[in-house]
Amino acid sequence: MKQLLEKHFGKFWLVLVFVFLYMPLLFMIVFSFNSTRQDARFTGFSFRWYEALTKDDRIVEGFITSLKVASITGVLSAVLATFAAFVLVRYRRFPGRTAFSGMVNAPLVMPEVIIGLSLLLLAVGSQNLFGWPERGLLTIILGHTLLGMAYGMVVIQSRLLQMDRSIEEAAMDLGARPHQVFFLITLPNIFQAILAAFLLSFTLSFDDVVISEFLSGPGVSTLPQVIFGYARRGINPTIYAAATLLIVTVTLLIVAYAVWVARATRRREREIQAATRIEMAALAINP
Amino acid sequence: MALSPLPMPGKRFVIGVPYVWLFVFFLLPFLILLYISFVDMGSDISPFKPIWDPVSGVLSLKYENYLSIFRTAEGAPLFRTLYIEAYLRSIWYALLTAIFCLVIGYPFAYFIARSPASVRPALLLMVMLPFWTSFLLRVYAWKGLLADNGVINRLWMAIGLTSEPVQMLYTNVSMLVGMTYVYLPFMVLPLYATLVKMDFRLLEAAYDLGTTPFKAFWLITVPLSKAGIVAGFMLVFIPCVGEFVIPSLLGGPENMMIGRVVWDEMFTANDWPQATALAVVMIALIIVPLAIYYNYSGDKK
Repeated sequence: MKQLLEKHFGKFWLVLVFVFLYMPLLFMIVFSFNSTRQDARFTGFSFRWYEALTKDDRIVEGFITSLKVASITGVLSAVLATFAAFVLVRYRRFPGRTAFSGMVNAPLVMPEVIIGLSLLLLAVGSQNLFGWPERGLLTIILGHTLLGMAYGMVVIQSRLLQMDRSIEEAAMDLGARPHQVFFLITLPNIFQAILAAFLLSFTLSFDDVVISEFLSGPGVSTLPQVIFGYARRGINPTIYAAATLLIVTVTLLIVAYAVWVARATRRREREIQAATRIEMAALAINP
Repeated sequence: MALSPLPMPGKRFVIGVPYVWLFVFFLLPFLILLYISFVDMGSDISPFKPIWDPVSGVLSLKYENYLSIFRTAEGAPLFRTLYIEAYLRSIWYALLTAIFCLVIGYPFAYFIARSPASVRPALLLMVMLPFWTSFLLRVYAWKGLLADNGVINRLWMAIGLTSEPVQMLYTNVSMLVGMTYVYLPFMVLPLYATLVKMDFRLLEAAYDLGTTPFKAFWLITVPLSKAGIVAGFMLVFIPCVGEFVIPSLLGGPENMMIGRVVWDEMFTANDWPQATALAVVMIALIIVPLAIYYNYSGDKK
């Protein structure tokens, strides 16, 4: 009886919270196909907001800007995060380690307003001294990378900590040089985490409003900045159309990634099983 | 057996690259921020005066920007300045959001952790999925849902809950709904991580010994998931204090939070020293709960 109650309440609660989580997404998908600007009544099916979307120069330009910013941020963050994770996991002792670990992790808890503000001050100071850089793409990328690097580092660090170091030792024993060990053994082993770090920082960058608002210059606006500007003014179903396209893309990408990870894990398990069987057989033949 | 430290290629290079990067793009900007918070506001051309006057050679450290945070107008109650109120409001809403996330998220994480192992990855993926689609767009959708003639008001009127539309948008209701919605996954994931490791046979043992489910929950489940509760609370509370986008889109003019005040001082009033001083105090406000948290998690080890 008690367990039955718990079971039903559990299902009820799960459904309720999932409805809460998905209601805004469903709302935008449905109303992106609405034929009028009406927000609470579906007056008929149409593609007019998708058409408006492709004709809106600010949104199209913002999308291209965001794609550039997010791609560069993703690559830069993944590379720097790999460096930082390596330093924290592999080099237990070096002068300034505590300061280093503090600096890598700080952007995780620092409000974006402060990251944006302090980098703006740096950019302005540097511009006064050296006449460079102009506020724009470069400064936005630097701001996003600070955040992306911190998140990416957490992902790569946990993978590096799980990694079995004896395979590196084995490679060394067999005469591999340190850089060969890194590129042939370590890197393939943590590649999945590096990819995850890239995706995470790409998403963070593609979604960021606050840091971009502080660091963008005249004439440069990322997609979220354009949307933020529209959103403050009122309801605009064009944004629902943009949201629907984004939701569909992200869902497809995530499902594909999840399937890929599941397959890779299963393959690795099978290979380990096969290897164990061979080992057992070898032992049976030659104890 | 202790593994011998492997000789890594170019140790100096590997440490140097991220170190220099963080020094230039994290520490240096922060030092500039700190510096400007201690100087006077400048003229139109340069937004702040140098701390050291090259003509007279006088070094002048100004605390004015910090004092003005607390200074009230003549006759007004002590400490009730616009700034202090914005800080208190930010902390209050962050606290409320964290509590709502905990109340909604705890049973949610609990039932995911207790569901069959085969469906758990799919359920987790469903929690993460909205989190990977644009945060801004999801907040924006609530604008349409909560508007006076929005979906929720129409639904309520259709079932006879109210006869007139209830104003929810641009109030603290819409702001809290938006913040709870956005930060819920940050609460659910750490809670799930601790709950899934829990041995649920402990509960069965307690039931067998005659404990009521309610008592067993308080005496066994809650203490065992304390680490997740604290981590989730921090992950929600800290970013909420500095939240900028959600109050701008869903909050009313009376819900101005400190992130917005910093922005206005910087770009509307053009008072850089005041903006930076407010930012420094904001960092201090965030470091305090973090320090308590680290002490707490340090004790457990």
